[in-house]
Amino acid sequence: MWRMKNKMLTANITGERIKQYLAKGKRFDGRKLDEFRDIEIETGISKHAEGSARVKIGKTEVLVGIKMDTAAPYPDSPDKGNLMVTAELLPLSSRRFESGPPKFEAVEIGRIVDRIIRESKFIELEKLCIKEGEKVWNIFIDIYSINDDGNLLDAAAIGALIALKQAKIPKYDEKKEKVIYGEWTNNKIPLSKDIPISTTIHKIGDSFLVDPTREEEDISETRVTIGRSGETIHSMQKGEKQFLKIEEFYKVLEISEKMWRDIFKKLDKFLK
Amino acid sequence: MDGEEEKMTEKFKRPDGRKPDELRPMSAKVGVVPNADGSAMFSFGDTIAIAAVYGPKELHPRNQRDPEKGTLRCNYSMLSFSVSERIRPGPSRRSMEISKITEWALEPVLLIDRYENTVIDVHINIIQANASTRCAGINAAILALAHAGIPMKNLVTSVSIGKLNKNIVADLSKEEEDWEEGEGATDIPITMTPNGELTHIQLDGKITDKQLKEAIELARKVSKEIYALQKKTLKEACQNVEDEE
Repeated sequence: MWRMKNKMLTANITGERIKQYLAKGKRFDGRKLDEFRDIEIETGISKHAEGSARVKIGKTEVLVGIKMDTAAPYPDSPDKGNLMVTAELLPLSSRRFESGPPKFEAVEIGRIVDRIIRESKFIELEKLCIKEGEKVWNIFIDIYSINDDGNLLDAAAIGALIALKQAKIPKYDEKKEKVIYGEWTNNKIPLSKDIPISTTIHKIGDSFLVDPTREEEDISETRVTIGRSGETIHSMQKGEKQFLKIEEFYKVLEISEKMWRDIFKKLDKFLK
Repeated sequence: MDGEEEKMTEKFKRPDGRKPDELRPMSAKVGVVPNADGSAMFSFGDTIAIAAVYGPKELHPRNQRDPEKGTLRCNYSMLSFSVSERIRPGPSRRSMEISKITEWALEPVLLIDRYENTVIDVHINIIQANASTRCAGINAAILALAHAGIPMKNLVTSVSIGKLNKNIVADLSKEEEDWEEGEGATDIPITMTPNGELTHIQLDGKITDKQLKEAIELARKVSKEIYALQKKTLKEACQNVEDEE
């Protein structure tokens, strides 16, 4: 449904011109096809969050905050904390987004980021058990778009990573069995050393590109998002309706690995 | 080293005794919902999906119409009693996502340009689940679309490839999906045309690029069996119509 709207927002004539450029290996903003925009990161954007981050990729901006509370564990993981990831595409961030219940695009971003973190076992959820079968920590990762100039997906995943790195566990009153909000321990959320990064590759015509602007994303024919830490892939999702030949898919894998290295380098100083 | 790995794979026993490239017994049938314009059932072992197609028909509300082509709308849902712990009826984030993934998996082969302003609804219900439900659903849906006479360039076949510890296997069962030994389970549902064009791929778990390529080769190999069953099912359905006439 929203693709139709997109078409209206990026004129066909602009789309055609983008394709002509891509065919020559060029982009409107002068980047190479496999070149990610600069990433700007700011942390501690809310005093009340356990951890938070602002991520800017070019003009794209997202805010990510972590909140924690306690709850009964799920029956199939009685000794593990719970992870919940939601994304909201705020109407303030683009004329494409409207108020109301979450649309598919927001649900998909939440679910893909969830899997990138969950499947890579980045959070050591087994260390977030308070009393087996009765009480565990909940970790809520909430993602909000502030300005959409394409590639919200990779931005959201980076934001989640940084916010988690920042987050401190709140104090917990064992007698009352309640979280003491506004007071934090010095303990960080237990995280593994392998950093899972979202690498989304888009195909337009015969070209493959990374980190699209909004206009480029509007005319993207298909995309693959791969969550990887180095040589290991933990999650993947192909989106949009266009074929990908097997050889093309192998090319996507190669680009993804290089992309992981690029992004990791850009994030290095924020991850220490 | 390679030799040792090979030996390990040979020794590897799947919980239900299947060979690595062995699918569960499949069955397929069209015309299971007489009211629908097209319908089909597809099963992998205990995983049973039915799909019904209504359309092309007028799309309401009007502002959702696409003047350039028809719209494909899929709706995947699991019946509340299809799994051991009851599923709350109604849409969930998971079912919304699978519905969309199913649309993306199917639409590349459909010639729906000529049905501008209309919608084709594909309703997929999982009656009984033992993993690989989205793949069974996609296989049922493409049969139902063919049965409804929607023109298409090709069929698509869907199968879940898994990695259990280090072993690549086809068509995961629930027991295998919950595999915990060694590297645990990696689940890779894949949909492709018989020409090897991917229309859908997802992955959860832990895998290297090299192993992923092996998984795709296995998908390509076993997809042939699914394609053969789909073709046979459709041919027999045509035969029955001719006989009745």
